[in-house]
Amino acid sequence: MAEPRLIEISPVTRVEGHGKVTIHLDADNRVDEARLHIVEFRGFERFIRGRLLWEVPVIVQRLCGICPVSHHLAAAKAMDVICGVDELPPTADKMRRLMHYGQVMQSHVLHFFYLAAPDLLFGFDAPAEKRNIFEVIKENPELGRRAIAMRKFGQDIIEATAGKKIHGTGAIPGGINRNLPIETRDRFLAVVDDMEVWARDALELAKRYTLEHEHLVAEFASMPSNYMSLVRETDGALDLYHGKLRALNATGGIIFDNLDYAKYHELLVEDVRSWSYMKFPFIKELGPELGWYRVGPLARMNTVDFIDTPLANAAMGELKSETGGAPNNSTLTNHWARMIEVVHCVEKIRELLHDPDLQGTDLRATGQRREEGIGVIEAPRGNLIHHYKVDENDQVTYCNLIVSTTHNNEGMNRAIKDVAIKHLSGQERITEGMLNHIEVAVRAYDPCLSCATHALGQMPLQVELLDAQGELIDSRLRSG
Amino acid sequence: MTMLIIGYGNAGRGDDGLGPAFAERISGAGLNGCRIDIDFQLTVEHALLVTEAEIVVFVDAMIGSDTPYCFTRVRADRSADLASHSLLPEAVLTLAEMLYDKRPEAFVLGIGGDSFGEVAEGLSVTARTNLDLAEAFLLDWFAASHMSGEAAVELSGLG
Repeated sequence: MAEPRLIEISPVTRVEGHGKVTIHLDADNRVDEARLHIVEFRGFERFIRGRLLWEVPVIVQRLCGICPVSHHLAAAKAMDVICGVDELPPTADKMRRLMHYGQVMQSHVLHFFYLAAPDLLFGFDAPAEKRNIFEVIKENPELGRRAIAMRKFGQDIIEATAGKKIHGTGAIPGGINRNLPIETRDRFLAVVDDMEVWARDALELAKRYTLEHEHLVAEFASMPSNYMSLVRETDGALDLYHGKLRALNATGGIIFDNLDYAKYHELLVEDVRSWSYMKFPFIKELGPELGWYRVGPLARMNTVDFIDTPLANAAMGELKSETGGAPNNSTLTNHWARMIEVVHCVEKIRELLHDPDLQGTDLRATGQRREEGIGVIEAPRGNLIHHYKVDENDQVTYCNLIVSTTHNNEGMNRAIKDVAIKHLSGQERITEGMLNHIEVAVRAYDPCLSCATHALGQMPLQVELLDAQGELIDSRLRSG
Repeated sequence: MTMLIIGYGNAGRGDDGLGPAFAERISGAGLNGCRIDIDFQLTVEHALLVTEAEIVVFVDAMIGSDTPYCFTRVRADRSADLASHSLLPEAVLTLAEMLYDKRPEAFVLGIGGDSFGEVAEGLSVTARTNLDLAEAFLLDWFAASHMSGEAAVELSGLG
């Protein structure tokens, strides 16, 4: 009889940062356990203590090289509260929203075209040398050029609103430090029609993939779960920048709704497990086994009542019709949801560019100083919570962050186990294609593992096979 | 001759900030015909950026090297797939070649550091020393390249 085995995939490729998957096989090659291990933030919450409140929205961008704008905006929203500002001047609110839509758009585009496309176009089992972006581009170079042009559009919007491509300073406690000059606005307006056409084409691609692979999508890493996101306070619409918390169960039943996100710590508990640095949040009233939930594009499609832009709303209607309006539990449908959000972002960007408030000069509000502030946004990958306390010297004394990938931790672990059981159990030989199935399940969440140390010599994929005693049996190294 | 220097890394991760630190220093030197770009990491849109230059220098922190810096030529390589949201220089060059039919001469300047990963600002003593040496090398190399009108390959090599 064979010995029990442990397979490691480390780091997981085509996700941000480094992750490691371990798959424990028993003596009969059946999957016993599968886990995603993540090292993230590494003391950032301690690092931020002692910093002055006004510098926090800038410093937090160093958390991550992929979604710095999300952290910039969530921290700025928390500092608004600390500065006693409950409502921003319209110019500040709209400039921040423009920045956010630019970010979500470019983030989703990169994920879909460059990270997910090889799996979707060539299949999860395709040879590794075929399953890469260069093969995609060989077949369709225009797709590659469009994706880069859309990325650049989003990045240019970030630069125009945040001031710089990296370490932007645009959002400040209580407002924004710039408006949008007419000439910059016109530069964006000149190309926004192209962006809309390309976004609609991308949406069509994602939709077609999902519908043409109905059985795969329904089966692959799918599972019933709870879902949580912000929704617009007044009407339950999709709102990526601000709103109230809503959580639904797998059949659409309300768990909580219209809740002030400043009370998140009364609703959510962060569980700790010995084998991962990343916490496991769950809804307190349901407990850890029943209260875990998912966030992100598909979660948002499930929670919101409608989208306030016509193209995206119509597209969401098609997505929802697949499940008769009930929450969609199929993990791979995240790709379709992501492209709906790209269309929505382009529609919102166009709407904002025509709004004269972007050229306003009332940029900042002031108020009565408070000791504590919580800022929440819907980042590309899902709900993002920043929570700070500040002393009388304006220095941070407490910081707690719950990022999207942490919210999705339980969901990703369950997805990995589901795929491992379906595709690896009972197999005598573990192929690279099988291992890629695991990575596909992780990538569907577009996790940001936030380990931005990417210095030379740090990006190989290492697969290790170990026995139950931890002894290395076999290993495989492939370059990133 | 147009040159592009891309310094990349995360200044919030200790010596991973060597690339941006180098780019900031060089931008202060006011090199004629040289454009400076600073970023967290290389991404797909850098493929468009490099098409605007004849010579590109990617500057990154280097782990586990026993030399202060390393300067090597780099070429498009289709085996350098996208490992995550960030790209290797070879992947950037491959995208530039495949999408825009551009093949700039390209080099990687790796600068040795020894403090990575943890959230921390500032460079280690070793990194600062190596940064000085790498800067001096690049300025000499740039001057030689500028005089000859092409990349001074003979100056390339281990620091």
